[in-house]
Amino acid sequence: MRKLLMAAALGLALGAGMVEARTVRWSASGDPNTMDPHSQNLGTVTMVLQQIYDPLIQRTQDLGLAPGLATRWEQVEPNRWRFWLREGVKFHEGQDFTAEDVVFSITRAQAPTSNYGIFVDTIDRAVQAEPFVVDVITRVPDPILPNKIASVFIMSRAWSEQHNATRPQNTRAREEMHTVRATNGTGAFRLQTREPDVRTILVRNNDWWGWQEPASREGNVTEIIYRPISSDATRIAALLSGEIDFVLDPPLQDLNRLRAAQGIRVLEGPEVRTIFLAMDVHRDELLYSDVRGRNPLRDLRVRQALYQAIDIQAIHRTTMRGQSVVTGTFFPPQVNGYVQEEDVRLPYDQARARALLAEAGYPNGFGITLDCPNNRYINDEQICQAIVAMWARVGVRAQLNAMPLNLFFPKIQRDDSSIYLLGWGVPTLDALYSFQSLLRSRDGGQGNGIWNYGRYSNPRMDQLIDIMVNQSGEARNNAIREALRIYREDVPHIPLHHQMIPWAMRSNFQIPHMANNQPYFRWARMN
Amino acid sequence: MFAFIVSRILQALPVLLSVALISFAMFAYVGDPVAIMLGQDYTQAQRDALVAELGLDRPFWVQFATFIGNAAQGEFGLSYRLSRPVADLIAERAPATLELAFTAAVLALLVGVPMGVYTGLYRNSWLSRFFLTFSLIGVSLPTFLIGILLILVFAVWLGWLPSFGRGDTVRLGAWTTGFLTVSGLKALVLPAITLGLFQLTLIMRLVRAEMLEVLRADYIKFARARGLPNRAVHFGHALKNTLVPVITIVGLQLGAIIAFAIVTETVFQWPGMGLLFIQSVGAADIPVMSAYLLLISLVFVTINLIVDLLYYAVDPRLRIGRGKGGH
Repeated sequence: MRKLLMAAALGLALGAGMVEARTVRWSASGDPNTMDPHSQNLGTVTMVLQQIYDPLIQRTQDLGLAPGLATRWEQVEPNRWRFWLREGVKFHEGQDFTAEDVVFSITRAQAPTSNYGIFVDTIDRAVQAEPFVVDVITRVPDPILPNKIASVFIMSRAWSEQHNATRPQNTRAREEMHTVRATNGTGAFRLQTREPDVRTILVRNNDWWGWQEPASREGNVTEIIYRPISSDATRIAALLSGEIDFVLDPPLQDLNRLRAAQGIRVLEGPEVRTIFLAMDVHRDELLYSDVRGRNPLRDLRVRQALYQAIDIQAIHRTTMRGQSVVTGTFFPPQVNGYVQEEDVRLPYDQARARALLAEAGYPNGFGITLDCPNNRYINDEQICQAIVAMWARVGVRAQLNAMPLNLFFPKIQRDDSSIYLLGWGVPTLDALYSFQSLLRSRDGGQGNGIWNYGRYSNPRMDQLIDIMVNQSGEARNNAIREALRIYREDVPHIPLHHQMIPWAMRSNFQIPHMANNQPYFRWARMN
Repeated sequence: MFAFIVSRILQALPVLLSVALISFAMFAYVGDPVAIMLGQDYTQAQRDALVAELGLDRPFWVQFATFIGNAAQGEFGLSYRLSRPVADLIAERAPATLELAFTAAVLALLVGVPMGVYTGLYRNSWLSRFFLTFSLIGVSLPTFLIGILLILVFAVWLGWLPSFGRGDTVRLGAWTTGFLTVSGLKALVLPAITLGLFQLTLIMRLVRAEMLEVLRADYIKFARARGLPNRAVHFGHALKNTLVPVITIVGLQLGAIIAFAIVTETVFQWPGMGLLFIQSVGAADIPVMSAYLLLISLVFVTINLIVDLLYYAVDPRLRIGRGKGGH
């Protein structure tokens, strides 16, 4: 026993020279489905994987771009981006990081079983140009490729081949793939224990190349224990009782209590996610309305009336308890292409709304069903309830149809809705992603209108989106600006607000709030 | 005896098949697993490929037959949500649920039976009145509320017990146990009370009612007339005769404890099968849901069989009755 104690003391004495042990225990409602870096493009997966894997280009604290595994990058030809790689980096299991790994990882993200297709959609292939230089050849000139490549994690080719994991996991396979529970990245932390739905433990990788960067020099966390807690009340109880240091998704109704609690801090910041109503502007007769023979929503005046009947400040104050940023457009200022002058709402004006409805031929309003998720966005169902009440005051008899997300999404994806609430995040942080998915006519082209379930179609809008795809510089900026103006004037959606996201933590823990709702523990301090 | 067991097992098969069929038919309404698996960005071609890959484009009866065929061989496929074999997932989660259910049942019995006997014998004492009032709380408060109240008092205010999880576990072969570590035992206290409280009060009230009934019976009067001590009358004669209905209820409730630990497991983030089921419902993870429901119906059928066998042990009249082959 005494020997053991002495050994322990010696171990402590030796360890004192290095970073002191600092453990942070944190929680959110969901657990990552997988540890495979190219399989599921979900926030819950990325929040663990981005601690372990590095992309070529990293995000800074304000979501700008900074060198990651690539030290610099340049569009050397319209269809060719060149990346100069960092030398001397090692994977957690000891393999050297090389250009081969980059080519392999980009190719792996392009596989049909990958969920990361949007980040590599324009890429034809990646090739090694020199030992530490990789060229990415695109099918069309892609000015925002670095924005997208910042979401592609780099794996070791040798390791993936050794474990028979050269493609992202496939659900049909009878056997579990190695990458579902094992990782081998180059990042700031490596995976030590993975028990799905119970705990995931990461430990500091002291050899990480980035510890010397100014932003992460302050980071002192040596161990991260993630334990999902799905019940809101329990998650907050665990934070209050000190079993958890940090909660990523505290429920809004508990925020006031948390703010008042001793030793707890609530950090609030904007999220890159906009909540809006989208509607069927395609059919000649709505599926869920009492108007027969015509579609009221095809009439601009009706769309404006529904818009102007909404008292957005009341929703901001009461429903969202101040935790939202009211907007007149459909992506927030962090997104490349945002124009302040186009972010203007039609004013709240019930009299005007009634007049517009009368002018359009609905002096007594009309009936319609509003579809709404009830567990996807912050206070989603309550927002819809408020809107239904506001519309009632101008004569629109809306019926609320609120449902869980696993029923809601299949329903709108079948084009089976007349008007619905949607929240849209922008992982590429570029306007094109929102325009192309939400407003482009659906013509079968990759990514075109895949979330345009109201089937909005405007030839000029399509032209402008094609310019955004193919051109760069001033021409592209002008196209975005004009498209935003059309959005404001043509009212394809009724914009509501950008979400704010609160994080709750014990006062001795510090971490920068990120608009992509991702905690970066390399920048965190535990005191 | 053997013929009895075989006939019961044969009766169980249609039960299992109908449970499988009903649950399978319901899955059409829980949502679309494909939409959840594909995430935010996909093309129609990718969607079609995945639907074909998962076999979801085949007719209902073909899907069902395939499922039954595979299930008969113990093959439940890969979870849509976690991409791991369903059998592994359930095997990993089962120890947590079973240990919790076992602890809750033992707690309910060890506390419920003496309380029932006491309230039956001393009907008018103030302690009996207190027990009865307390049992009303156990019967009427919903499980999740009891769980949250316990967390608030013992985890947040007093800080004595953990509010969630299973603590540290020890691996014994394929089984992980929380019985052997201090944190594991501490973690077990609140969920076991939450899960067992309803059963506890149920058993108490049942034993009390039976005791009152039995104590009025003639043979108790005779026993007293024979001058037997109170102890022998109460426990040797009275309690033993109250046990048949108690065994039935406890047996059936054990099944219920295992199957409906879902709520308790969700409140305490207890990593058992119930939590797995709830998370699978959220993701429309059909392979896990169907395997779980099948397993639970198997548990119920097995427990029923054991309860029937226990009747034999406890009640001699049943043995004689069957021996005569008459009524």
